[in-house]
Amino acid sequence: MKELDKNPIQIANREALIGVFLVVFHFIWWFAFAYGLGKKDPAEYQYILGFPAWFFYSCIAGIIIMSMLVFIIVKFFFTDLPFDDEEFEQS
Amino acid sequence: MNLVASITLFSSVAVIFLIGLLASRTTNTSASFMEDYYLGGRSLGGFVLAMTMTATYGSASSFIGGPGVAYNEGLGWVLLSVIQVSTGYFTLMILGKRFAITAKKFKAITMVDFLKERYQSKWVVLLSSFSIIVFLFSAMAAQWIGGGRLIESITGLSYHSALLIFVLTVLIYVTFGGFRAVTLTDSIQGTIMIIGTVILLASIIIAGGGISSIMADLRAENPNLITPYGADGSLSPQYVSSFWILVGVGIVALPQIVVRAMSYKNTKSFHRALIIGTIVVGVIMLNMHLIGVFARPILPGVEVADTVIPLIALEVLPAWLAGIVLAAPLAAIMSTVDSLLLLVSSTIVKDVYLNYIQPTASKKKVRTLSMTITAILGLIVYLIAINPPDLIIWLNLYTIGGLEAAFIWPVVMGIYWKKGNKYGAIAAIITGFSSYILFQAFYPEPFGMHSVVSSIAISLIAYVGASLSLRNKVL
Repeated sequence: MKELDKNPIQIANREALIGVFLVVFHFIWWFAFAYGLGKKDPAEYQYILGFPAWFFYSCIAGIIIMSMLVFIIVKFFFTDLPFDDEEFEQS
Repeated sequence: MNLVASITLFSSVAVIFLIGLLASRTTNTSASFMEDYYLGGRSLGGFVLAMTMTATYGSASSFIGGPGVAYNEGLGWVLLSVIQVSTGYFTLMILGKRFAITAKKFKAITMVDFLKERYQSKWVVLLSSFSIIVFLFSAMAAQWIGGGRLIESITGLSYHSALLIFVLTVLIYVTFGGFRAVTLTDSIQGTIMIIGTVILLASIIIAGGGISSIMADLRAENPNLITPYGADGSLSPQYVSSFWILVGVGIVALPQIVVRAMSYKNTKSFHRALIIGTIVVGVIMLNMHLIGVFARPILPGVEVADTVIPLIALEVLPAWLAGIVLAAPLAAIMSTVDSLLLLVSSTIVKDVYLNYIQPTASKKKVRTLSMTITAILGLIVYLIAINPPDLIIWLNLYTIGGLEAAFIWPVVMGIYWKKGNKYGAIAAIITGFSSYILFQAFYPEPFGMHSVVSSIAISLIAYVGASLSLRNKVL
């Protein structure tokens, strides 16, 4: 929106890089909660809304967080591009 | 055997297909028959794009097989399944705008088209067409068997009659409708899947006396069921994590997903698809697999894991509603089959026939040929599914990983790395493909991980190595 002067190729590359960062963040979130909280003895588990805490944070909260992150990033950081742009010929 | 459930099941499926066919009739047949039949004229909106990606990917495994494993393994398998949420945003973001723009510039209609234009090599085209036909053909047969079994378990018909019903519906639909009809039905099916899984999950929680009481029952039966490690503690963190490659990041290389990433109208649809896709995949995967786990205390002792979903639906829902809700997995299987069928047919017609056998075929001939091949392929798969040979089942187990190991670098590096060339692509396809099969046969879990991880690593080395060392060779 605001960066139309930028090269569309750079914009597209940056957006692909954001995808990589998102998936790395998602993996760390998922792994840390699942195995950080889940390695305890099941008798000592805490429960949130009926689910074991590791499962609630890693899976349920994880999906909600990722959905919100994707929404925010797409709304504010992704740029609309015209598809028939001649500038793309040079790459 | 349940009459009411069968009636509502089949009427839901019939209504879905009717809408798809009517809608595809009304759209104008624009520039090229090929683009329209196989790509829907590159005009998918955001909602349709998100739904068709989800419905294509969410096949028999996520609706029938997955929940069945979750029934046996507990929450650890749900943990593994929610990895698939990453496909909702990652695949589209990585292929992204550069891929759609390049594909349009190349006038690419299939993934093979893209590879052909990018690498300018006959061998890349033939190798990739060959792997697609082999792998997806077997994947398709397995889906048909799944569809037949599902109809069998609800209606009580024999497997053969059930399979015949399933096959006829799919064939008629896909032969005449093409891609646009398939993607439209995908959206309706996707919507049914979401609503269906929510209703089913809610009814199961009520039937089980609330989540806390279900968890207490599971813990009383086997405490491992509520840990991340699986029923017998064998799901190790590195094994489960390696599924981030197999069912997460690697999905970017599946031809049926790639073809959808070049079919959207504009970047607005693309943005909307990212958001909707993430939420939809998240809800469906979480719900379906939780249903599998929660079914355990309510319906103990189910022996054939694949029947957990139909059985629990008939158990906790009124019969008419069970029929409608079960239309969701059936719809998912059908739409996967639809897309695979179209993809194999387009590989044969477009990538092999038009490229190397008869490049000057008339428009009318291509049209007849596309429909004939689609129908013939369907019939062959039907014959295989009636009496499935072991080889098909075996091959299907390797389909996703094999395609990923072969194509991930030729596609991704082909978009983002200018120095990548045809030698790299050929090396990556051959080493990825063969190392994966060898690992599976002789050493299934290198480093405690799924073998797809090692094969993808080897394939990357081959791609980069061959691209750089052979770049100056003129051939």
